[in-house]
Amino acid sequence: MKIFATYNIKGGVGKTTAAVNLAYLSAADGHRTLLWDLDPQGAASFLFRIKPRVKGGGKALIRGTKALDDAIKGTDFDDLDLIPADFTYRNMDLLLGGPAKGNTAKKPTRRIAQLLRPLAAEYDHVFLDCPPSISLVSENVMHAADVLVVPLIPTTLSVRTLDQLTEFVAGFDGHRPQILAFFSMADRRKKLHQETIKDLQAERVNVAATPIPSLSLIERMSVERAPVTAFAPRSVAARAYRDLWAELGKKT
Amino acid sequence: MTAPGVRGFVLEALPGDEQNLLSAALATLAEAFTVIAEPAAPGAGPRRRIWLDTFDWRLYRAGLVLVFEQARRGGRLLLSQADGTPQAEQAVTSWPRRPPLDLPEGPVRDRIIVLTRPRALLPVVRAVSTASVTRLLNADGKTVARLVADRITVTAPSQPAASHAATSQTATTAELAPRLAVTEVRGYPGQARRASALLAGVPGVAPASQGTFMAALTALGRHPADYNSGVAAEITAAMPAPVAVARLLLRLLDTVESNVDGVLRDIDTEFLHDLRVAVRRTRSAVKLLGAVLPDELAKHYQAEFKWLGDVTTPVRDLDVHLLGFDAMAAQLEAASPADLEPLRAFLARRRAREIRRLAAALRGPRFRAIADDWRKALLEIRDTGSARRRPPAAVTLALSTTGRAFRRVATQGGAIIPASPPESLHDLRKRAKELRYLLEFFAPLHDPVAYRKVVGDLKQLQDCLGDFQDSEVQRGEISSLAEAMLAERAAPAVTLLAMGEIAAKLARSQAQAREEFAVRFARFAGPAGQERVRVLLEGPS
Repeated sequence: MKIFATYNIKGGVGKTTAAVNLAYLSAADGHRTLLWDLDPQGAASFLFRIKPRVKGGGKALIRGTKALDDAIKGTDFDDLDLIPADFTYRNMDLLLGGPAKGNTAKKPTRRIAQLLRPLAAEYDHVFLDCPPSISLVSENVMHAADVLVVPLIPTTLSVRTLDQLTEFVAGFDGHRPQILAFFSMADRRKKLHQETIKDLQAERVNVAATPIPSLSLIERMSVERAPVTAFAPRSVAARAYRDLWAELGKKT
Repeated sequence: MTAPGVRGFVLEALPGDEQNLLSAALATLAEAFTVIAEPAAPGAGPRRRIWLDTFDWRLYRAGLVLVFEQARRGGRLLLSQADGTPQAEQAVTSWPRRPPLDLPEGPVRDRIIVLTRPRALLPVVRAVSTASVTRLLNADGKTVARLVADRITVTAPSQPAASHAATSQTATTAELAPRLAVTEVRGYPGQARRASALLAGVPGVAPASQGTFMAALTALGRHPADYNSGVAAEITAAMPAPVAVARLLLRLLDTVESNVDGVLRDIDTEFLHDLRVAVRRTRSAVKLLGAVLPDELAKHYQAEFKWLGDVTTPVRDLDVHLLGFDAMAAQLEAASPADLEPLRAFLARRRAREIRRLAAALRGPRFRAIADDWRKALLEIRDTGSARRRPPAAVTLALSTTGRAFRRVATQGGAIIPASPPESLHDLRKRAKELRYLLEFFAPLHDPVAYRKVVGDLKQLQDCLGDFQDSEVQRGEISSLAEAMLAERAAPAVTLLAMGEIAAKLARSQAQAREEFAVRFARFAGPAGQERVRVLLEGPS
């Protein structure tokens, strides 16, 4: 089981759209795929038309009184399942720090990794869609993930964020996730975008060659309530996600 | 992702009316769900399935169903219980054209091999089905269940005919009544239940009482477990003895004929084994019960069945060596199992030659004449009674012949002392076998409890005698094989040494069987054993 997490400290940079489309493409390739919508806003759940609600809330899941397995919902697509968001996830930092059934990890930063372990036989790929922040949740996700997929808006500031994240992960004991950043919401008409993309792709090995363009079709996902790769598979947007997925496959 | 549907229905529509009934079912579902057709996946063709079992239905008898789901390349083997509960699953890269003796390694094979070995898996039913899938959506437009409508055409693959009588009535292709299944979407079990409840209320939609496999067998006119190698003929105590004997012999002839095709196609070694057992039983029946048949008939067929038994012996002997080869090689202490490989190759070459001879005999006029004329003669006796005016009742014949056979075993066995030659044990083995056959022939006339007791003891005695004789025969065969290999210059020294070691082991196990004989015989023919036989033949005092 390989765990991917889409993460950025900033919100609105295309994390959820990436998670949803990459998870869809993974399933379409025949990998048994699970997407866990960890963001209390529940955007990924909404895009799959699944109610953002978990019985017993985040508390039951994190404390282990409800098995993660019981919270899983099938999406409309073969081989793609989802653990919905729940509004109680907003308190997840507190829950992760609290007591938990069968918590052998002891460290509150390892709880999500521990919860996912029993699903290894059932899924080939897991995608974690993280809420934007630096918190115990994001730290948990970084410890659980094999690959951090980091969307970057092509600006100088976001480049700093990537550096900070890389440094932070480098300080981990033991398991360290691989980081692969990609440019998101890239606007070809903006000179600054073009330059940043060109420079960074030349400088860094962990920046994907495929940018995801800023396109209104991607925004349309919230109207269609489906991945763009599913409802417009021949579009430029879908092609970009497919290229990114292929690159992820090669580089991670 | 959908879980396999367990809620199955059958459309009980008149031919041609299926579409209307399906529309009615969908209209009912539309009261609770938004109903939309799911477009077929690109490149998806009809679903092809093959159900598999051994010729003697070993999986069916064990309450298991094995199906091969064909994919574009290879496919999957799915093993489930008769009620559909999944047991094991295994990917298979390709399905051989010839029935496989062994499945490729995997969880399905692990689960069934102890049941099926040494039998091959044969296709029992092939099905081609076209499914149309309808999505059932909730108010958010989310798929919460699916309705799968399946139109299935089933075919009976050409295979050895299970019973002589059944061949002419078997249909080869049939259309099943369309089947509906509600499949659950993970996390939405309540919605699937709701859809099923709605469907159950539609007139003409009935819960499926049997799975696709059983429905297919019914449609094709096949009866599961229609073959077994037993002798259970339909006889009664009051039936005239000649009629009972004719019924018994007809049942044995059916078994012989049912196995011929499998022997000719060399599907697995059990076809020949079952055929030979039926021939041996026939010979014993003719010998011991033939007095109630016309004289010439018994005499003629005694010779014919001896011939048939003899032509099958070389292949069976080689089969026994080959089937036990790995176990034999594993016992070697001084030699290495690899040393024996030239012997395996030699045996395989011989077998290929012998099976051609056997096939020629089974295709030849002498065998055809046995099968046809013997059947004709037996049918006449069965249907018209015997030429004798007052034949004894079946039960009289059963008791007298069984009693006599028991006394023969008791007398011959009682005379055996440690110094007796091996032949005396071989002879006793034959007598014991005759007694066993008689018991089995007339099993329907005996009290089941008394029968089980006597047969239990007898079986232990037979096993001991069998071990004794088989060890001796095999030892003799090992030395004649060694000579034959030498003559053909196919015998490396290490192989001969390994064969010598095997022969020594056989001698030891023969000596052990000889030691056990006295105990086994005393148990069977001592006072307690005699009392058990008396109860069987006379009833409790």
